[in-house]
Amino acid sequence: MVFLSNLVNGISLGSIYAIIALGYTMVYGIAKMLNFAHGDVIMVGAYIIFCAAQYWNLPFIVSLLIAMAVCTLLGITIEKLAYKPLRQATSLAVLITAIGMSYLLQNTALLIWGANPKVFPDLMNLNTLQLFDGQLSIKGEILVTIAANIIIMIALTMFTSRTKMGKAMRCVSEDRGAAELMGINVNRTISVTFAIGSALAAIAGMLLCSSYPLLQPTTGSMPGIKAFTAAVFGGIGSIPGAMLGGILLGIIEILGKAYISTELGDAIVFAVLIIVLLVRPTGLLGKAVREKV
Amino acid sequence: MSEHQLPLLKVKDLHVYYGAIHAIKGITLEVTEGEIVTLIGANGAGKSTTLNTIAGPLKPRQGTIAFAGLPVEGTAASRMVYRGLSLCPEGRRIFQQMTVRDNLLMGGFSRPKEELPASVDHVYSFFPRLKEREKQIAGTLSGGEQQMLAMGRALMSKPKLMMLDEPSMGLAPILVEQIFDIIRDLNQSGTTILLVEQNAQMALSVAHRAYVMETGRITMSGAAEELLHDDNVRKAYLGS
Repeated sequence: MVFLSNLVNGISLGSIYAIIALGYTMVYGIAKMLNFAHGDVIMVGAYIIFCAAQYWNLPFIVSLLIAMAVCTLLGITIEKLAYKPLRQATSLAVLITAIGMSYLLQNTALLIWGANPKVFPDLMNLNTLQLFDGQLSIKGEILVTIAANIIIMIALTMFTSRTKMGKAMRCVSEDRGAAELMGINVNRTISVTFAIGSALAAIAGMLLCSSYPLLQPTTGSMPGIKAFTAAVFGGIGSIPGAMLGGILLGIIEILGKAYISTELGDAIVFAVLIIVLLVRPTGLLGKAVREKV
Repeated sequence: MSEHQLPLLKVKDLHVYYGAIHAIKGITLEVTEGEIVTLIGANGAGKSTTLNTIAGPLKPRQGTIAFAGLPVEGTAASRMVYRGLSLCPEGRRIFQQMTVRDNLLMGGFSRPKEELPASVDHVYSFFPRLKEREKQIAGTLSGGEQQMLAMGRALMSKPKLMMLDEPSMGLAPILVEQIFDIIRDLNQSGTTILLVEQNAQMALSVAHRAYVMETGRITMSGAAEELLHDDNVRKAYLGS
């Protein structure tokens, strides 16, 4: 029963990683860059929800929608101001810019909200589900997290396979130049990708802080790095890969902490990543790049 | 071809640079509706650069490009498709991970969705092989089939002018013949074609008119038939 409870917690944590990882993997797939500021967009989203709910007393769902809108705008703005001018630059320059953007967001948050952690309110007010005569209890937040993850996964898969914009994204991700020759506006496609990733970051921020209710300017960085790991683990650029990588990572982390060592939980996560990459350098679901000459 | 038509494409005194390198040094050329015009020349002469400047990815430093009567120099590649120009790029650049049919549908990105199935069938009428492989992932096609797919995809936007960059590259002689037969068929069914080729023999035998390029300049031009029998051209490009 304890194992089952740990497993459910692992899937829940993994679902949060997966939603964050989607942002990394989509941006990587389409703009071919690692947006290390992504984790901090989560933190901004969480602060917006915190303010909306705590100070302005807005209902939970309205707070979430506001946070999604703010993060979407933030994501598009970051891309326009910081990354777009570097479209022709080396990937190292873009990477360093992204790290700089991450610190900029953290320090701006420090200025606005201060260094003291805020206690994230219990917004969802959900009951705990009791199973097996109360031997296994699952918190409502956990069920919401897992459900949100599944819904997002299905919605994104539909979006990329059915809609015109989604198909344009797949083309840009495969060959930017050829996509342009089809009439696809690459800049707009990249903007939309950042918008979707950032809106998902707001949802991830809400889910993260509902389960782990301490909010501070660095809240997003560790989950951000773990989610990046999850994206690489699953095969960066692949949407199902981000999902699989995220959930596996969450399960490994929780089980590792429960059965091996609490202190070494994170180390175990990264050790597993190293082993997977040694065996499958492209990640679990990553496609090997074949070049036909 | 009617004698009095305005040129569909008119390039005048075009200069293109790659950084400090002066790649295209003032070329002037025209394509009239209904024609096959070919641009031949050795490696590095600037043929692909010329196509890429017309299609949009590259910007000229000087000179004008008029397409269907409107100035288009510096227009983004993604806009040029909507104006009726399509480029089938060097190296095919098909979407390797998509199916053959999806590749064709993406070629019709600039057009209303309802019109696409009919256009796909139209493309299949030129390339029956593609219909057989409709559901196959494009990356698994042979080189010749990939070239057919790239051409079919370029056709899907219903271009007024289709530009082909080295369609014979890397193909077995029998496939090259096939591709050129199809180019002729496409032209006879009304597509104007600007063809860049290193295989001068094939290009000149299919084209109406030709331009010869050397290190960024046009050194000769005229009816393809005449150039095919011109001594200088024969020595330089036809190996005899």
